Amino acid sequence: MERILAQAKKVAEEAEVFLVSAEETPVHFEANRLKHIQGKQSTSVALRIVKDGRLGYATGTDVSDSQSLVNNAVETAKFGTKARFELPPTTPYPPVDIFDPDVESIPIEQMASLGEELIALVTEHTPDIVCEAGVEKETIVLRIINSRGGQAEYKKSVFSIGVVGNLVRGTDMLFVGEGQSSCHPLADVGEIAKVVLRQLDLAKNQASAPTKTLPVIFSPEGVASALISPLMAAFNGKTVLEGASPIGKRLGEQVFDTKLSLTDDPTIAYRPHSRPCDDEGVPSQRTPLIEEGVVSSFIYDLQTAAMAKTKSTGSASRGGGLPVPSPSTLVVAPGDTTFDEMLKDIKEGLVIEQLMGAEQGNILGGDFSGNVLLGYKVESGKIIGRVKNTMVSGNVYKLLKEINAIGSQPKWVGSVLSTPDIYFPRLSVASK
Amino acid sequence: MTDIRAASRQLAEALQKHRADYMEARLEESRLSHITYRGRELESAGQSTAVGGNIRALVKGGWGFVSFNDLNDLPDRIDRAVKQAKLVGKEKSQLAPVEPAVDNVSNGKDVPLTIPLAEKKKLLDEYNEIIWRTPQLQTSVIAYGDSHKKTVFVNSAGSYIEQPRTDITLRISAVAADNGEVQQAGLSLGSRGDFNAITGLHKQVEETAKHAVELLSAPQVKGGEYTVVLDPILAGVFVHEAFGHLSEADHIYENERLRQIMVLGKKFGGKELNIIDSAARPDLRGSYKYDDEGVAATKTYLIKAGELVGRLHSRETAAKMNEKPTGNARAMNYRFPPIVRMTNTYIEPGQGSFDDLIADIKEGVYAKNWFGGTTSMEMFTFSAGEAYMIRNGKVAEALRPVVLTGNVFITLNNIDAIGNDLDMNQGGGCGKGGQYPLPVANGSPHIRIRKCLVGGS
Repeated sequence: MERILAQAKKVAEEAEVFLVSAEETPVHFEANRLKHIQGKQSTSVALRIVKDGRLGYATGTDVSDSQSLVNNAVETAKFGTKARFELPPTTPYPPVDIFDPDVESIPIEQMASLGEELIALVTEHTPDIVCEAGVEKETIVLRIINSRGGQAEYKKSVFSIGVVGNLVRGTDMLFVGEGQSSCHPLADVGEIAKVVLRQLDLAKNQASAPTKTLPVIFSPEGVASALISPLMAAFNGKTVLEGASPIGKRLGEQVFDTKLSLTDDPTIAYRPHSRPCDDEGVPSQRTPLIEEGVVSSFIYDLQTAAMAKTKSTGSASRGGGLPVPSPSTLVVAPGDTTFDEMLKDIKEGLVIEQLMGAEQGNILGGDFSGNVLLGYKVESGKIIGRVKNTMVSGNVYKLLKEINAIGSQPKWVGSVLSTPDIYFPRLSVASK
Repeated sequence: MTDIRAASRQLAEALQKHRADYMEARLEESRLSHITYRGRELESAGQSTAVGGNIRALVKGGWGFVSFNDLNDLPDRIDRAVKQAKLVGKEKSQLAPVEPAVDNVSNGKDVPLTIPLAEKKKLLDEYNEIIWRTPQLQTSVIAYGDSHKKTVFVNSAGSYIEQPRTDITLRISAVAADNGEVQQAGLSLGSRGDFNAITGLHKQVEETAKHAVELLSAPQVKGGEYTVVLDPILAGVFVHEAFGHLSEADHIYENERLRQIMVLGKKFGGKELNIIDSAARPDLRGSYKYDDEGVAATKTYLIKAGELVGRLHSRETAAKMNEKPTGNARAMNYRFPPIVRMTNTYIEPGQGSFDDLIADIKEGVYAKNWFGGTTSMEMFTFSAGEAYMIRNGKVAEALRPVVLTGNVFITLNNIDAIGNDLDMNQGGGCGKGGQYPLPVANGSPHIRIRKCLVGGS
């Protein structure tokens, strides 16, 4: 790495080398049985340079081949965008716990039995369900060095367990599922199974939805599948800078219901997306995005922040290309209403657990429309069965302006979002 | 290149000696470049190179798989893959028999792109210029990427296959904004190494930008059931989502109830409906000579005259279902094992013209172009980039983009007219099992679907 940096410094004003290597071990089950075990080793090195004021960029998999990296970066710098930021010098980082050595040492046999145990719990409840499951451990090492003396390094462990069950009756298919992840090893599959069994119980009967406007509760999974993508596009500093964010000019204004608060927090201990610094070596910080309905901040990396004449929020993330602003771990602040209290309030309505296709519309504008893949009909305060052949449509900004209640029980959805249930007074429903 | 060839020869020998029921290895060398614009400015230009490989072992029906960037210690990696497979395997290994192939597939159009970065940038500059001439335009995104990849496949039965692949993609998105309202329109193209496929699009780019602005004042459709006419691009996405995924045998082969539903001979649509998947159709983004298990590509009828007549297989799913392998096992790259995937999927053309299709529709929706699509096998959704009302047999006012949904066991039966104008869409990438975006093509003539559920206000 040092050699790459030294070589790059000879031909460019500024340089930064980013190295990430990972060891992943996924244990995978298909059709209720152990199917394959994998071991994945990967290394990726990225060089970013500033030459004649312009950004050049190259990546490779071979750390020893510094010459091609430097050559590739120099070639792209001829056309690169103007660098408007300065790389961070050496800085102190907040302590964020994200490594547990126990993850690395879990034997594959133990991972296999966790998966078997989970599938057994689900199939005991519903014998003819067909499950896919995965148990995975991963160790990631990341290091960044730059020409201003900046240095960042961390090691992270991630352990995750997930299951998806498919139940076929006639040509009717039901999908249920749940997953959890942590930087600690997970040992209790009972909690995961419990969520799946509840879904199976609630979906046992079928119910029909009318074509009209109804009150709707989005479960934490429902919130994730419908509402989060448009918000993330809108809070991205780049979208704001381009004037393409519907909330871009409304910093400090009341845009959402006062019950809604949302924070991007990369500092929560032992969460898979937590980290002491972002992918440019800027220290991690908690960034409140919505505070009691008021737009309070957008998220930035170095370049975007410099162009917007503000500071990086430590939100740079790399997906193979140059860093871009991206949230780490999103947290919706819990409210004070229980799920049962929400249900009791509904005469006729829906609970939405999983919306399919909601992220394929005009995300920037906040419009969404999706098929209710898993959702239930509510009548007189009770869930009476699962709805099918039903679409819901709306606009995230209109919807989040009026919230009936936010749940008191937050839940992790995947590894990036913690949210309780959210209850809305009206949403457009179309059914056949 | 000598690098991975030498390693492959070494692997080929080592695999023969190993005590697994079957072993294979795939080594890859790739070179990628990308140029991205956001707004008026070039945002990012970059080049990358990658070398990597994998080894897969089958023991008593269980699979072990290792992937790596580091080509050292290959004997150790072989041991690890076998050890993992042994931990899994508890039954009998089953793989459909395939003759070992020794082949060095010629380059054809799959030559490394020699066009200099400056020339690619010049073309994109022209497109961006056009977008920015459009009034009320807020911003734009242009994403260009190309890759050239060389793969060497070896297996324990003696196969040795070298294959090149060049892939080009271009996605343009224009964003219009007014008064807090934001609308977008897009264009998505791709090719199997032919740069000309993305040149000369100036007029289309202009129309895309204008359409984004037009959408600001367009109404949202009222949700409900409509007679819907799909253009070839969207109908291609529809056939991929609505039926293609369900015909992938890995969903079915170990699910007894699904096997009962998906029996060959089952009626899915009308007599005019024929659906094909063919990697053997040349020069498309889903085309190849051998899949990633070394099986030769085929043309597979999935639906013929409305009846289910075939499905897509890997060697394992074919053996377990007692059917012939179709050469549809594909991997995104060396980091993944091959799984059953589509290639070039399309509806065969029928008789009618577009005007015939809409002539007797009193009120319907004409949906064009695509944002995306997804499926849960039974239910699917796909979203149109452009939509218009059809009134009294004529295309009428523009609508906000629409999302359509259906049920595969009902919707295919509701296709009641198939046009004569087959066109292939090369702008898509398919996702499955964490492997995205895999280059595929899909296509169709214009089709008409009765009683299609459209989401709306």
